[in-house]
Amino acid sequence: MRIHQHPILDFGERKTIRFSYNGQTLEGLEGDTIASALHAHGVKKLSESIHLKRPRGFYCAIGNCASCNMVVNGEPNVRTCITPLEDGMDVRLQEGKGRIR
Amino acid sequence: MKHVEVLIIGAGPAGLSAADVLLEAGAEVALIDRSDRPGGQLTKQTHMFFGSQEHYASKRGIEILHVLYDKIKDHPRLHMFSETTVAGLYPDRVVACVSGQRYFTIQADIIIVATGASEKSLPFENNDLPGVYAAGAVQTLMNVYGVKPGDKVLMVGSGNIGLIVAYQLMQAGVKVPVLVEAAKTISGYHVHASKIRRLGVDIRMRTSIKRALGTDHVEGAQIWQLDARWQGIAGTEETIEVDTICLAVGLSPLTELLQQLGAEVIYINELGGHVPRLNEKFETTVEGVYACGDVAGIEEASSAMIAGKIAGLEAALKQGYALEDAQARQAALHTSLKTLRSGPHGEKIRKGHARLGART
Amino acid sequence: MIEKTGVPTRQDVLEQFPERIVLVKPKAIIECYKEIPCNPCSTSCPFDAIHIPEDINIRPVIDFDACTGCGICVYQCPGLAITVMQVKADKVIMKIPYEFTPLPQVGAQRNVLDRTGSVITKGTILKVQTSPVQEKTALIHIEIDSAFLYDAITIEVTHG
Repeated sequence: MRIHQHPILDFGERKTIRFSYNGQTLEGLEGDTIASALHAHGVKKLSESIHLKRPRGFYCAIGNCASCNMVVNGEPNVRTCITPLEDGMDVRLQEGKGRIR
Repeated sequence: MKHVEVLIIGAGPAGLSAADVLLEAGAEVALIDRSDRPGGQLTKQTHMFFGSQEHYASKRGIEILHVLYDKIKDHPRLHMFSETTVAGLYPDRVVACVSGQRYFTIQADIIIVATGASEKSLPFENNDLPGVYAAGAVQTLMNVYGVKPGDKVLMVGSGNIGLIVAYQLMQAGVKVPVLVEAAKTISGYHVHASKIRRLGVDIRMRTSIKRALGTDHVEGAQIWQLDARWQGIAGTEETIEVDTICLAVGLSPLTELLQQLGAEVIYINELGGHVPRLNEKFETTVEGVYACGDVAGIEEASSAMIAGKIAGLEAALKQGYALEDAQARQAALHTSLKTLRSGPHGEKIRKGHARLGART
Repeated sequence: MIEKTGVPTRQDVLEQFPERIVLVKPKAIIECYKEIPCNPCSTSCPFDAIHIPEDINIRPVIDFDACTGCGICVYQCPGLAITVMQVKADKVIMKIPYEFTPLPQVGAQRNVLDRTGSVITKGTILKVQTSPVQEKTALIHIEIDSAFLYDAITIEVTHG
């Protein structure tokens, strides 16, 4: 899902960032948010709704709507559309409200 | 508690323009933005702007951002707070900020609210499926992060955002077979519509989305025609094979902070929702608190830049800075804003502001 | 029509063209059908051939005597609404704005599209202009059969 060629933009060489998604190791690129890195791998479902367990993806991409909340390094309700991806991050699908440990 | 002379919330086109004017006047400015990069909508606007030279016409939004930000970024009187969210506005212009795990407060003589807007959604079956995205969000995903939303997109809405994002999807190598619009006519600039039509996008009026198809993510969309009362016509359903549905159905001004502070806001449909009542100086009903850009009514980024300059200039005058030709500059800026709002596409904005002005 | 589909009527299109004889020299064809606040076509023209009054919402008016068909307005127009057309015997040389990648190769045959996006003919790419002042809007020169003068508007996009 990466854009390799673009008429206007040059994304340049970006460093690879390794992170974990539901226990699986994935690679993102420097400058990615968690949600953009996941989307580049075709991962669109980021959480499950609180009552009906319906799949949820991102919607606004500006940290406004909370549709992209995931559990990151054990912390629930992280807005992944605006949280920069970091090396070694543990990212997990969020079920319901998430539990604060 | 820290004190700053002027605090601007939002480093988009309006906030950056206001900061520029204020720094030039001699003020000390704190510019706060929740994103890790300044620019707001400009960060993803790869298209050329309209207007005239004073509105950076023919320049791409991403280039305009460089022009605006490069001019102020090293200024000794600018305090830039990025990745910082304003969590609350309190009496005496006390601003509560959160940055990561840190909480702090700043007291300001003047606050300029340039928080922009957020995208609206649309009610239809399965509108919560992953793959149903706001058009501006898709623009961010593609143009800031370099990731495609999918391979084939249904665009809903024919305003400038819908038309422009459809074009930018194609520039990223994504197919856009159809664009639907519930109204009778295209609401954005016709040149944008022609630009995508000639590349094969089927533009359909009086048509909307009935439901998204798929279980875990979008696997298709069902569209249908609408009657004169905006109701779907049974029997006209058509299934379109797409993996993404983009909603370009308008924006709402982000006025929560202003409301928290007790500034008067009024619901004006033509301006996108609740907007602050402003005087001719762009000051809200709370003294020393100004608003400019989309938070004061949804329009083009060109208008937001001019509005930011007006608010910045007024704030500088209120702080007592002696500005050369202040009156002439104000007059020129108001004329410029009026020009952008005249013509057939400015009708909604004009109507909205007329209604806002008439409400007492 | 254009307000419902994005496609101008035949009449709309013909009204933007000068008499055919004028097109022995290249001329800009401006398809800006509705008032929008915009004037770079006018301010960028080195020959003062495109006029927009002080109210920038007024549609541009072109002086075909002054226009040299240089193509500057083609890549300056934020709406990508301008092309340059020249009739040479039974051929038309058109210059179009192009913002897709990869750029076409000189000498290549490419599908030419009409205003509805339908393929109407093939054209030969004569030149691909990409100077820094164009800020990433390429100017593509294409040769097509003159029968398509009033129909051709762009080339089909091919990716990779």
